[in-house]
Amino acid sequence: MSSVQIRDVRKSFGNFEVLHGVSIPIEDGEFVVLVGPSGCGKSTLLRMLAGLENITSGTISIGDRVVNNVQPKERDIAMVFQNYALYPHMTVADNMGFSLKLRGAKPEEISTGVKRAAEILALTPLLERYPRQLSGGQRQRVAMGRAIVRDPQVFLFDEPLSNLDAKLRVAMRTEIKELHQRLKTTTVYVTHDQIEAMTMADKIVVMHDGIVEQMGSPLELYDTPANQFVAGFIGSPAMNFLKGNVKVNGAAYFEGPNGVRLPLKSAPANSDGQPAVYGVRPEHFTIADDGAEAEIVVVEPTGSETQVFAKLGGEQVVAVFRERHLFNPGDKVRLKPDPSLVHLFDDSTGKRLNS
Amino acid sequence: MADIALAPRRAKTEIREATAWDQLRHNKNWLGFWFMLPALAFLIFFLAYPLGLGIWLSFTDTRIGRVGHFIGTENYEWLWDDAIFWLSVFNTLLYTFIASAVKFAVGLYLALLLNERMPFKALLRAAVLIPFIVPTVLSALAFWWIFDSQFSIISWSLKHLGLITQNINFLGDTTWARICVIFANIWRGVPFVAITLLAGLQTVQPSLYEAATLDGASRWQMFRYITYPLLTPIIAVVMTFSVLFTFTDFQLIWAMTRGGPVNATHLMATLSYQRAIIAGQLGEGAAISSAMIPFLLAAIMVSWFGLQRRKWQQGESND
Repeated sequence: MSSVQIRDVRKSFGNFEVLHGVSIPIEDGEFVVLVGPSGCGKSTLLRMLAGLENITSGTISIGDRVVNNVQPKERDIAMVFQNYALYPHMTVADNMGFSLKLRGAKPEEISTGVKRAAEILALTPLLERYPRQLSGGQRQRVAMGRAIVRDPQVFLFDEPLSNLDAKLRVAMRTEIKELHQRLKTTTVYVTHDQIEAMTMADKIVVMHDGIVEQMGSPLELYDTPANQFVAGFIGSPAMNFLKGNVKVNGAAYFEGPNGVRLPLKSAPANSDGQPAVYGVRPEHFTIADDGAEAEIVVVEPTGSETQVFAKLGGEQVVAVFRERHLFNPGDKVRLKPDPSLVHLFDDSTGKRLNS
Repeated sequence: MADIALAPRRAKTEIREATAWDQLRHNKNWLGFWFMLPALAFLIFFLAYPLGLGIWLSFTDTRIGRVGHFIGTENYEWLWDDAIFWLSVFNTLLYTFIASAVKFAVGLYLALLLNERMPFKALLRAAVLIPFIVPTVLSALAFWWIFDSQFSIISWSLKHLGLITQNINFLGDTTWARICVIFANIWRGVPFVAITLLAGLQTVQPSLYEAATLDGASRWQMFRYITYPLLTPIIAVVMTFSVLFTFTDFQLIWAMTRGGPVNATHLMATLSYQRAIIAGQLGEGAAISSAMIPFLLAAIMVSWFGLQRRKWQQGESND
């Protein structure tokens, strides 16, 4: 196990720069998730960490060692690929023992290592099968087994769950997290799925267009997103954004689209009349008599909660209620955002304005 | 809600029992049979019939211009004691074995080379195909000139370099003649092997090589443990075809040496042609051709069983 330091790393393909100076400190034993929309550079960064891509500038260190010019096999890392990359002509046992075999380990050593990993992942009955004879989830576990056998300093996961169906994805998510708690190996995990990031990470790094938008613990990112991008990316259903102006007229409030008046706990200094974006998460709406009037468009009950799509000042917003409201389309309700939980972003830069 | 008047229901047409003819008309196998018929006819008239006729001829004393009679295995008994026939069998085996082995080695090497990232890749891949595109007789004629006893460019070059003093009698010396025809066959056959293996190489997922890189494999180990095993099914198919084509080769030999000198390059195919068409002994020629069948079957069996062994390719069964 080791810490990993990514310092001002840039990557260009020809003249096209895809990573514009990324710095991420990763502590020993930490589970870090790189998350972002496709094309944000997260997979490229992971591949640079693995040594499959060259580093254009900046440094990556594993432990105390700068690995920019270290061969992938010398880096002591193991990677789980999105398509698992299992060797189709080798049995599960051979797949898992391949790295040991290449290292010149004795047959007994290999079989001990493979057995230990197989037990951890409940793969023992499958050791003699070929990848083709396995289900998606089993292949996924073999790919992890191959990583575990090597007992590396760092585990790298490149969107490992995106080829699985929804139910299995949830199950494997838990399994990977449990595995990490057990082995405590430093892990870097790439995904585009913010739920995976929220549920698994010790630290989330949100990337967008080759830069780090924000990093922090899942709840930090959820509660105080640094900018509108992070606010919109983390959380499902996504945060509602309403454009308008901050007003300080005695008490602070926000004038939304079509003059809708929305509550603010306090306004930033000297912000009267400032154009801004008002952000409120769907679950932070309540039905209250002093709320803003909205017209129900669609109601989606999911059993545990009810998602309500409504027009607020002409803009569509979504609200989530734990209670079972019996709304019909066309009904008028009064929606009130919790003023202590609303977010205010700069209209042009998207930066967070309130603390 | 039901404020829209529903149109009155139309009377249903009476349901009629499906007749046997109806069932036949909708039977996919029956339709399939008719689709298959042209291919079947083609195979029967152009493959099965000539093969059957050839085998039948080998048991007769047919000559050109004379209907033959059934003479049992007399042609084969005659061949059994014929030293030239046995020489042609030896030549064919030697020719096939050496040419196929070299074609495999060179073809695989070229395929690996062409699979690398390099400038003008598409152009180079196309260039590799040239020997395959040129008509066989044309390339054979070119080789005939290259190996000519008087005007050979090789002899000329070596003489000008001062390495030899006299022309090499390429096609007049038994050893040289064998080397020359084998070389010409290799030159012609390599593109097929190379391009097919290249196609096979491109089916290997790049992520397997990445995984192997992280697992610590060297270039050689990647070839040995990943590329080669994944390529074996294609190698088996390509080499079967290559062996079959080489074993039955006729054009190259006939255009370059006509089996000479002193029958040193006579293959079974050329000997069969010489006996059957040139000398008119259709029965005997057919017997020589038929004698190739066991060898060809053996070659097919080897690759068949070679292909069968690979359990990892089979479906999702739990055996």
